Amino acid sequence: MAGKTLYDKLWQDHLVRQNEDGSALIYIDRQLLHEVTSPQAFEGLRLAGRRPWRIDANLATPDHNVPTTDRSTGVDGIQDPVSRIQVKTLDENCESFGITEFKMNDHRQGIVHVVGPEQGATLPGMTVVCGDSHTSTHGAFATLAHGIGTSEVEHVLATQCLITKKMKNMLVRVDGELGTGVTAKDVVLHVIGVIGTAGGTGYAIEFGGSAIRSLSMEGRMTICNMAIEAGARVGLVACDQTTIDYVRGRTYSPTGENWDRAVEAWQDLVSDDDAEFDTVVEIAAADIEPQVTWGTSPEMVTGVSGEVPNPADEADAVKREGYTRALQYMGLGANQKITDIQLDRVFIGSCTNSRIEDLREAAAVVKGRKVAATLKQALVVPGSGLVKAQAEAEGLDRIFTDAGLEWREPGCSMCLAMNPDKLGQGEHCASTSNRNFEGRQGFGGRTHLVSPAMAAAAAIAGHFVDVREFVKQ
Amino acid sequence: MNKFTQHQGIVAPLDRANVDTDLIIPKQFLKSIKRSGFGPNLFDELRYLDEGQPDQDCSGRPLNPDFVLNKARYQGTSILLARKNFGCGSSREHAPWALEDFGIRAIIAPSFADIFYNNCFKNGLLPIVLDEAVVDQLFAETEASEGYQLSIDLERQCVIKPDGSEIAFEVDAFRKHCLLNGLDDIGLTLQYADDIRDYETKRRASAPWLFDTIK
Ligand code: SF4
Repeated sequence: MAGKTLYDKLWQDHLVRQNEDGSALIYIDRQLLHEVTSPQAFEGLRLAGRRPWRIDANLATPDHNVPTTDRSTGVDGIQDPVSRIQVKTLDENCESFGITEFKMNDHRQGIVHVVGPEQGATLPGMTVVCGDSHTSTHGAFATLAHGIGTSEVEHVLATQCLITKKMKNMLVRVDGELGTGVTAKDVVLHVIGVIGTAGGTGYAIEFGGSAIRSLSMEGRMTICNMAIEAGARVGLVACDQTTIDYVRGRTYSPTGENWDRAVEAWQDLVSDDDAEFDTVVEIAAADIEPQVTWGTSPEMVTGVSGEVPNPADEADAVKREGYTRALQYMGLGANQKITDIQLDRVFIGSCTNSRIEDLREAAAVVKGRKVAATLKQALVVPGSGLVKAQAEAEGLDRIFTDAGLEWREPGCSMCLAMNPDKLGQGEHCASTSNRNFEGRQGFGGRTHLVSPAMAAAAAIAGHFVDVREFVKQ
Repeated sequence: MNKFTQHQGIVAPLDRANVDTDLIIPKQFLKSIKRSGFGPNLFDELRYLDEGQPDQDCSGRPLNPDFVLNKARYQGTSILLARKNFGCGSSREHAPWALEDFGIRAIIAPSFADIFYNNCFKNGLLPIVLDEAVVDQLFAETEASEGYQLSIDLERQCVIKPDGSEIAFEVDAFRKHCLLNGLDDIGLTLQYADDIRDYETKRRASAPWLFDTIK
């Protein structure tokens, strides 16, 4: 019999009940909650007179709507009344159901996907869910992590389980050494360019190979974060010493005898050597250069030395049509060089790239330089209060502000522009976030997804540049 | 939840691949703490020429005459014909809520994004996957004849064309059962409360750290 994949093992460990029709009940160890997708779930519980099954398995924090500027006036100071109500509703729901919440002005507040791992609330071998598609981030810990809808949030609150179906297994193996200046973000954008935004639909993708093994936890989180942009609800990286070292000593990590037992159990959180995957994609690390998206879907991506494609060269009619529409929306011409794209704003942040390592990478590029005069704004938004404090302890905030970038309070910010940070119509933005959909960062806004180092270099140059050349200057 | 058994209605063709959830319902409308009222903002950026705001009366806003759902012949649409990877992007259930509130009961496409597909079933909306060639054919027929309607029979798992011919589709048994009967998942799962408790007891013994309290 063939061995098991990591996903197979995680599935098996959490299976409560397998139904004959193929659906199954799996147990959920941790649920993360934020203000946007939870109010209707709490309301549902209330209407049905239900209580949460295990209150202590939940952790909440507001992130999407919170302002990233001055917060001294608290929640009442949130300008937009609708945002304010949503944040208040989360506070009220957590209070009335007894759920632990890091409120807006708590120093531990931040983007759920940054906060969970940072607190040790995400542990190897767990199942983690959140009403947010980027829950795939937590798979970096060999954790089975799904994004779910609001009805499912309510279901998990009420039953501690999720009704789901087993996915297929895909292995994306990235072997070899990444070139200097090529980061985890470039790897995942490149993978999406290869397999497409629907390439992973129906699969749990395990990222493996020597290039993945050599990444830090921050890098692995960046990769798993964007598994959903390849269509896969679940991204995974096997557990190893890097994982264990990251988890040790965090607030909710096990201690004492439990720690030893846990570490022993975590040794098994790898795919067996003889495990069979339904699909295997092999990628050579050496082929990857810094990436930039030119269109309105993450698969519309190319290397920084490349150019915007010409739709006329595309044989597939639906694709050609999609390319034409994307170029029109983005205000770009066929065969335009990527490095000729002029920028209006730069955004460094989001659950993809707002951890300490990302900020270090960006700071190293802007240090001693000045943001281009043509830029309207360059924002740096740390992923959590703790990341912010750490960055400030290292002096990164000064490097940014000296260079002319703004240093903000933690939250989702311009990743989806539910708070006041947004793009104006027609503006081009180099963004370290994960989605370049139409209107994502503001009505008519034009997003280009890049790594923190590439965003930083673009902020200085005012247009895209190859960060590898740039740092030599 | 609404039941879905049989449905007949006007079909509108949304001819574009990878329609994402930001397009279905832009984020400014996600600030609502309610489940209803999203219909007027369905496809907001495609449907209107101006930028929509939450809690705004949409009746006086300038419509985009080129957008399919604004065309006279597609008024009253309840079946949406779409291209591949429909519903990609975020997990927001506001997307099916908006479709449902607008009056859409079923969506036919060659493929759907996983989370969106799942969310549809929780809201009485039926996503139907058909072969790309079949979908192409339906696009051609819908565009060719004004007032084109399809019937859907979930029990028999088929789409019935105006000429009476039938196209079979797959749907998994559990989801079908819930949709046909308008069943609430939570109630169903709680029937297995003992299984959940048994699981917890065993798991607590083998992996006690998973039950450390968040506080
Ligand atoms: S940072 Fe962006 S992608 Fe991440 S949770 Fe927030 S809004 Fe979603």
